[in-house]
Amino acid sequence: MDDTAPARLARVTKRYGSVTALQSLDLTVQPGETLALLGPNGAGKTTAIRVLLGVISPDEGTATLFGRDPRVAANRRRVGAMLQVAGVPPMLTVAEHVRLFSSYYPHPLRTAETLALAGLTGLANRRYGDLSGGQKQRVAFALAICGDPDALILDEPTSALDVESRRALWEQIRSYVARGRSVLLTTHDLTEADTLADRVAVLLDGRIVAEGTGAEIKARAGGSIVRCSTGFDDARLRAIAGVDAISRDGTTTRIATHAPDAVVRALYVGDPTFTLLDVNETPLEEAFLAITRTEPALAAGERS
Amino acid sequence: MIAAVTVNETRSELTKLVRLPAYVIPTLAFPLGFYAFFGIVLNAGHGVASTPAATYLLATYGAFGVVGCALFGFGVSVAVERGQGWLLVKRASPMPPAAYFVAKTLTTMCFAAAVVALLGAFGAAFGGVHLSATQWATLAIALVAGSVPFAALGLAIGFLAGPNSAPAVVNLIYLPLSFLSGLWLPVEVLPAPVAHLAPFLPTYHLGQLALGIVAPGHGSAWGHAVVLAGWTLAAALVAAYGMKRDEGRAYG
Repeated sequence: MDDTAPARLARVTKRYGSVTALQSLDLTVQPGETLALLGPNGAGKTTAIRVLLGVISPDEGTATLFGRDPRVAANRRRVGAMLQVAGVPPMLTVAEHVRLFSSYYPHPLRTAETLALAGLTGLANRRYGDLSGGQKQRVAFALAICGDPDALILDEPTSALDVESRRALWEQIRSYVARGRSVLLTTHDLTEADTLADRVAVLLDGRIVAEGTGAEIKARAGGSIVRCSTGFDDARLRAIAGVDAISRDGTTTRIATHAPDAVVRALYVGDPTFTLLDVNETPLEEAFLAITRTEPALAAGERS
Repeated sequence: MIAAVTVNETRSELTKLVRLPAYVIPTLAFPLGFYAFFGIVLNAGHGVASTPAATYLLATYGAFGVVGCALFGFGVSVAVERGQGWLLVKRASPMPPAAYFVAKTLTTMCFAAAVVALLGAFGAAFGGVHLSATQWATLAIALVAGSVPFAALGLAIGFLAGPNSAPAVVNLIYLPLSFLSGLWLPVEVLPAPVAHLAPFLPTYHLGQLALGIVAPGHGSAWGHAVVLAGWTLAAALVAAYGMKRDEGRAYG
């Protein structure tokens, strides 16, 4: 085991009353790597981040940042964090916020540099309360990077952002990674995980259910659901190349597939009663539940 | 490094509050307005025993003022920062936790000093208040230091009350406590049951401590100080319990 990993959770279990948020979770961010923790809402991503940052204590297992206990404030000096919160004091200006957080770190960036990296140049003297949603999110990012930390921990950094702001923040995260730093970020967006991360770990019900490169995860999860009305029975549907699973709800048939175009084409050609309702990406949760059911060998645990 | 962070943190806290009319106006203008009205305009020529009203009420409205600074500065701001998650961001940062509390205490004491200075200047200029230099200094120190027990009480409220209910909770504690302790009207003129109840309230002891400096009587200063220290400890223990309870809770 490498004890100086930027961030590590070892067999961490965390319960809230009768709800188990994390179940013996193992997670390691390697130096220089960007790891995306991907999962639907309620999977335990935020809990994992909070245990890692030392703001909540695990019931079992240990969390470390560069080998040290994150519950001690001084041990967080090599890490910058971005959490999902609303309550940033509105009366202080952007520069005042950045200068205060910079003073927590031994070797912070210059304020102007932090503002430039976060895309906030020109907004230094604007009060936080007067910023737009996207600008507020960039302030949260600025507070994470102002200490020039070796590792960044970002909890859903782009949630609630419009497409343009999201792409801008992706660029800022990428340019930070280019400085040789490590990043752990959580997201419920497979595209975001694939775009930003070297490695993706899929969290479901407090457990890692799949791990791999973005492309690998995408190949396994990136299916579609074709909803339609068809006269074909299950056997005939299964015979169509690309069909992975079938379920029925009244007159509506749901076909899970990796080749939606081919499946739809085959049904139009072969089934005169066929009516297409819609085609959607498989919801992440469903995709990974399917993985864990059908391919237990691919589930977590192989990697340590 | 901790000292530097504390200084920065205090400057930020002061900046935040100075820019917040909802804090500045009640904490500075209310005590000053009440004192000007009851102490100077309405009671010119009156007094309690041999003490002129303007002098007597300078002590009690001074106490009223610093208690307000502490209860609102701590109670409301901690409840809001905790309830909206800002405290979580601070706790996830490398900020030494003590800096947060020390900064808020220093900020409260700065505002307390401002209230005392305002009231004192007003009383001296318009109320004919005459105190020796030692009395002025002792009164100022006692009142500013006297904000600390109420900072602890505010902290306890901040950790137990929700961000939306905190202002109401603070007012529900602050206003009756001030009235029943004789900070608005001398305890000598309050109905007997109230006067008997007053010694059980922390605000009474701060008021009497301040009165003892400007007028004869009002009990042992050390006695009042010990009671206030006891209240500080009790409130700090409740706050620590609230903080502990808060850490186990998940937001969002």
